[in-house]
Amino acid sequence: MISRTIKRLAAAILVAAVPLSFSACGKGGTSGGGGGGGGGQSGGGGTLTLWTHSAGDKKELASIKTIVDDFNASQNKYKVTVQAFPQDSYNQSVVAAAAAKKLPCILDIDGPNVPNWAWAGYLAPLEGMDDVLSKYLPSTVGKYKDKYYSYGYFDVALNMTSRKSVLKKYGIRMATIDKPWTGDEFMAGLKKIKDSGDFVNPLDLQTGGQAGEWWPYAFSPFLQSFGGDLINRTDYKSAEGVLNGDKALAWAAWFRGLATDKLMPLKSGADPGKDFLNGKTAILYNGSWGAADGRKKFGDDIVFLPPPDFGNGPKIGGASWQWGMSTNCSDRAGAMEYMKFASTDKYVAMFATSSVAIPSTDAAAATVKGYETGGENDIFRQLSKKFAVVRPVTPGYPFIATEFTKTAQDILNGADAKKSLDQAVKDIDDNQKSNNYFE
Amino acid sequence: MSTTAPDRPQITPQVDIPEKQRKPDPTGRHPATVAILMLLPAAVLMITFLIIPIGLTFALAFTNARLISPEPAHFVGFANFVRLFENDTFWASLRNTVVFAVVIVPFQSALALGLAVLVNVKMRGVNFFRTVYFLPVVTSIVVVSILWLFLYQPNGLINALLAKVGIQGPDWLGNPNTALIAIILLSAWQAMGFHMVIWLSGLQTISHDLYEAASLDGATKFQQFLHVTWPGLRQTRTFILITITIAAFSLFSQVNIMTQGGPLDATTTLVFQAVRTGFQQQQTGYASAISLVFFVLVLIVSLIQRYLTREKEVGR
Repeated sequence: MISRTIKRLAAAILVAAVPLSFSACGKGGTSGGGGGGGGGQSGGGGTLTLWTHSAGDKKELASIKTIVDDFNASQNKYKVTVQAFPQDSYNQSVVAAAAAKKLPCILDIDGPNVPNWAWAGYLAPLEGMDDVLSKYLPSTVGKYKDKYYSYGYFDVALNMTSRKSVLKKYGIRMATIDKPWTGDEFMAGLKKIKDSGDFVNPLDLQTGGQAGEWWPYAFSPFLQSFGGDLINRTDYKSAEGVLNGDKALAWAAWFRGLATDKLMPLKSGADPGKDFLNGKTAILYNGSWGAADGRKKFGDDIVFLPPPDFGNGPKIGGASWQWGMSTNCSDRAGAMEYMKFASTDKYVAMFATSSVAIPSTDAAAATVKGYETGGENDIFRQLSKKFAVVRPVTPGYPFIATEFTKTAQDILNGADAKKSLDQAVKDIDDNQKSNNYFE
Repeated sequence: MSTTAPDRPQITPQVDIPEKQRKPDPTGRHPATVAILMLLPAAVLMITFLIIPIGLTFALAFTNARLISPEPAHFVGFANFVRLFENDTFWASLRNTVVFAVVIVPFQSALALGLAVLVNVKMRGVNFFRTVYFLPVVTSIVVVSILWLFLYQPNGLINALLAKVGIQGPDWLGNPNTALIAIILLSAWQAMGFHMVIWLSGLQTISHDLYEAASLDGATKFQQFLHVTWPGLRQTRTFILITITIAAFSLFSQVNIMTQGGPLDATTTLVFQAVRTGFQQQQTGYASAISLVFFVLVLIVSLIQRYLTREKEVGR
């Protein structure tokens, strides 16, 4: 016979277990856990773990492995092992690992997150690399409070991709870097394409992508071109007036107008790139990563143009994935050696070539086919140099990003622009304030 | 304590043997110790993954804790709750959660009951159907959501089928009016197999004699259902009501994958807001406040349901 207490304890546990087990049977409920962090920090004997988000991107992963193999072969003291994660769950994996103090020694970071992770103490500053990194494109390095925390091998350039034959047919001028389209010119061109009825989508801004950085990266430059911004960059304390002022309202009206006037799909299809290649879209807002496919299909007919100038100059996003070192790495010297080894022009060139992206250094650009001055990819380098605006350099950026994503989506779906933007400003300001402005 | 007469078959009395007289286990262990040891793994897991996090949530809801921060959390009293109740998105989440639960409980349980009645026959091949109806339940909700995401596209399969019948299908997930309905449909489809099995077990406890008696009295199939089946399912009904309701309140995965709370807050739910603010926006304290409100809501609903279902039994 078992005592009453134990019986009661057993009953309590059973009662608690029943709803738990049923909710685990996958009804309206439980989410699959976002990828949990696997690797630990550097193990004993000079093993350094490296995390990257490029699982699934064969070329990038191959480039990383090449650099790592070269490093391992070049000396006997340290050995770097690579662990690749899928991009969608990567940021959450890093945050989870950081909370458990199990970050890898070396990891890559999406550029705009660097200030946040540096402020949170995840990243250690890169000592002794100032002269090397000063030669990198400003949008490809992560600088916070005057210290370098990360560097990237490349940047990409957003652009309006179209075909020369299409533009000629509708009498649309070919915009150039020195003379981009004005807002009115752009809209007039789109209307002509729509009236002809030849294309299902005169314009496609890729509004189907839901998660991650796409919305702030792709659409805040339009806001900036109108003269607004995500936050006031003089002191990063408030977004009042820049995110909800007249210029921002003008941007919101334009953005929503594109959908209501049927100039672009409200929600793009599953593969906007394919839609463009299949002749469904006339002008596609895409990054330089789509250049290779476009050239394969359309050859010389394809053309990459700057986005329109809505008053403040054309603007495109800047900063891509960058490499940094974590603070809880038990062998910082080894990690620093890798960072220095991996930052040479040779690897910049290799990475940029395989990813078809803009090399971070001029020296590398000279050696990468297509990116030399006058080369076919030089347009991207120029776009980036002249028009790229980095996302706000503040540890509050992840919050700003989620707020802007939601607000932009709501505006596109027809929400009252003033109300949505005011709410976003209020939330962003509250967040900056409650974190003591990240001093 | 009962006693037995010598000539009658022995009924073992339920006697509490005082501790000293208990025979020790052949292995030399006290029965109570064995019991405790067996409970220990489950108890440890329960405490670590259930009790402690709930306690932490209650505590964190009153602080400004953040997911990543070099600064420790500070006590802020009810500031999180004030901010929560002033936030339109919260009220939208609450509304959507309640609407979802209110609609899906009768809808899903009725469908499941229908399926159960269909498969409650003795014929060859019935197990095949039972399996097929149960398949969506064992499919990951993430996979189901992604599949239905494709089905619901404006030019997807569902609208194509509707077009064949001459109906112009809406943009299911992009229209604020239809988004929640779309999620209700797919959630019901995914989960009804599970409740079908439970209804089935309830149906099979109803004695066939009752049906025979009813049909002898001239009852139609529908009357048999109303007067024999339905009352006989009372306990099953209670159980299903409670489990569907609690699961409905925790709606998250479908929203996270298909609509991210949009369009225009038409599908945001309490759990989704808690995850978004706590994880993506790194505001752990605020998310804990949402979780606390959620807990209170579920508690109230459960108590109401218990009260309602209890009353009926007493009145019987």
